[in-house]
Amino acid sequence: MTDIDTAPIKRPIRWHIGVFLAPAFVVYTAIMILPLIETLRLSFYNTVDGASTFVGLANYQVLFGEQRWSHDFWNALVNNLIFFVIHMCVQNPIGIALAALLSVPKLRFVAFYRTAIFLPTLLSFVIVGFIWKLILSPIWGVAPWLMSLVGAKWMFAPWLGQSGPALIAVSLISNWQYIGIPMMLIYAALLSIPEEVIEAAEMDGITGWSQFWKIKLPLILPAIGIISILTFVGNFNAFDLVYTVQGALAGPDMSTDILGTLLYRTFFGFQLQLGDRSMGATIATVMFLIILAGVSFYLFAIQRRMRRYQF
Amino acid sequence: MSNRARTSPIRIGLVHLALSAYTLIALFPVFLTVINSFKDRNAIFRSPMQVPLPSTFSLVGYKTVLGQADFLHYFQNSFVVTIVSIALVLLFGAMAAFALSEYRFRGNALMGLYMAIGIMIPIRLGTVAILQGMVASGLVNTLTALILVYTAQGIPLAIFILSEFMRSVSDDLKNAGRIDGLSEYAIFFRLVLPLVRPAMATVAVFTMIPIWNDLWFPLILAPSEETKTVTLGSQIFIGQFVTNWNAVLAALSLAILPILVLYVIFARQLIRGITAGAVK
Repeated sequence: MTDIDTAPIKRPIRWHIGVFLAPAFVVYTAIMILPLIETLRLSFYNTVDGASTFVGLANYQVLFGEQRWSHDFWNALVNNLIFFVIHMCVQNPIGIALAALLSVPKLRFVAFYRTAIFLPTLLSFVIVGFIWKLILSPIWGVAPWLMSLVGAKWMFAPWLGQSGPALIAVSLISNWQYIGIPMMLIYAALLSIPEEVIEAAEMDGITGWSQFWKIKLPLILPAIGIISILTFVGNFNAFDLVYTVQGALAGPDMSTDILGTLLYRTFFGFQLQLGDRSMGATIATVMFLIILAGVSFYLFAIQRRMRRYQF
Repeated sequence: MSNRARTSPIRIGLVHLALSAYTLIALFPVFLTVINSFKDRNAIFRSPMQVPLPSTFSLVGYKTVLGQADFLHYFQNSFVVTIVSIALVLLFGAMAAFALSEYRFRGNALMGLYMAIGIMIPIRLGTVAILQGMVASGLVNTLTALILVYTAQGIPLAIFILSEFMRSVSDDLKNAGRIDGLSEYAIFFRLVLPLVRPAMATVAVFTMIPIWNDLWFPLILAPSEETKTVTLGSQIFIGQFVTNWNAVLAALSLAILPILVLYVIFARQLIRGITAGAVK
């Protein structure tokens, strides 16, 4: 920004800039930024003798130090990491593959495929959660029947009720729902690769698979970076699907508990446990720091090194 | 030569095979729910994969849903919240995007950065204090609380996308307007807004989906019978009727319907918006 404006011409105050900015700024600051700051502040306070008192890092000591809290927290964090890893290893590669297939030139029915594959992304967690609960339910028998078609009925188990496979099952349901987002973003990135680049590659005899790996993939790396960070933020803030499929207790035996459900239970309480505002704020702050770390890592370590091609 | 390599029939056939296989995976659960919602209880359990036949056709599930729960009211709440929030996000977002992309002023870049924080940091993390604020201002269990939260949540992305588009509106046009004596407000509302309509549609879709589907804030800020949204309403309804499969399947099918209609309306805009450079 050069300082052309600093010439000593007396300008009238441009009120309209303020008028244009004010509504967005006020709502955003009041409902989003201030509550975030207030939540961070609350994590250093607790109720002592009925009054809110500054307690320093005591809440964090409880969270990481007390057996009951730290067990739940680490359990949720590890589950959340597994949840994220499954998204990165299943959802994003399949999404990229689908986008690559969709962008095959002159393919017919593209609009239909795209719409159908994106449809689950539009559905609410409530719908997705219950549909899959019904399908995987041993009472209804749809999943065992489908597996018997490929001769794999013996493999069926009520996965959502078993503490090992439940987390994987919930993650895969979430993958099914959200595959449309990486697909759409990568599809858009693939479409924006100019025709000349592809033609040049073909002149050099690079087609099909090797064209995808050697030409297109490097060009869509920035988009892959974006879907990775979106997946990260989305996963570490997820709550709804686990809540609708497994309830607030994230059963069986908390094996599907992630940070979002832990925050909900801590803040609002459930059954016999009372809600705890200070500990809720503490967990929210830890989640904030995790997301902040992920986003900063992306912005400073990954995005900067990524080569952007200008066409 | 090169064209033949790209469109060899076998390769195209395999591409279609893979895409239809995944399409089947994507659509099967929805299809299964909808067909079974029109069958009687016995047929649902005996032959879940069969489409409803005259002998098994039944609307008992829909009757239960529409008779028991106040679904029309929930739909109305969801519509009010979603539409008002989108309108506010578009209006406020476009105004701020215009200010940030059109004028040079001190703190412009800083303001842009400040507004961008909300794209990455989820508003949910502030829930503890948001609830406190809503309690203090007496907004708990009102639709206003939800509208405010969703407006704040949608504004950052709206500003980001819309300011990209507004930069591409020709300066000559705006300056011509200025010479003709239009005020800055008239330039914004009469010249610029109509030109960025496609971008507005993209923002509308991106904003609408998470608002319509949100369970967290309705559950926390407005769980009363009066203010339940359809997402929360069906969650609670299904929880109560968990053994009445007719009702559950009918409720699920009803909940799918509106989003399906909206998607069909907006689908083309969405693709155009994404490919036009909303995400680079």
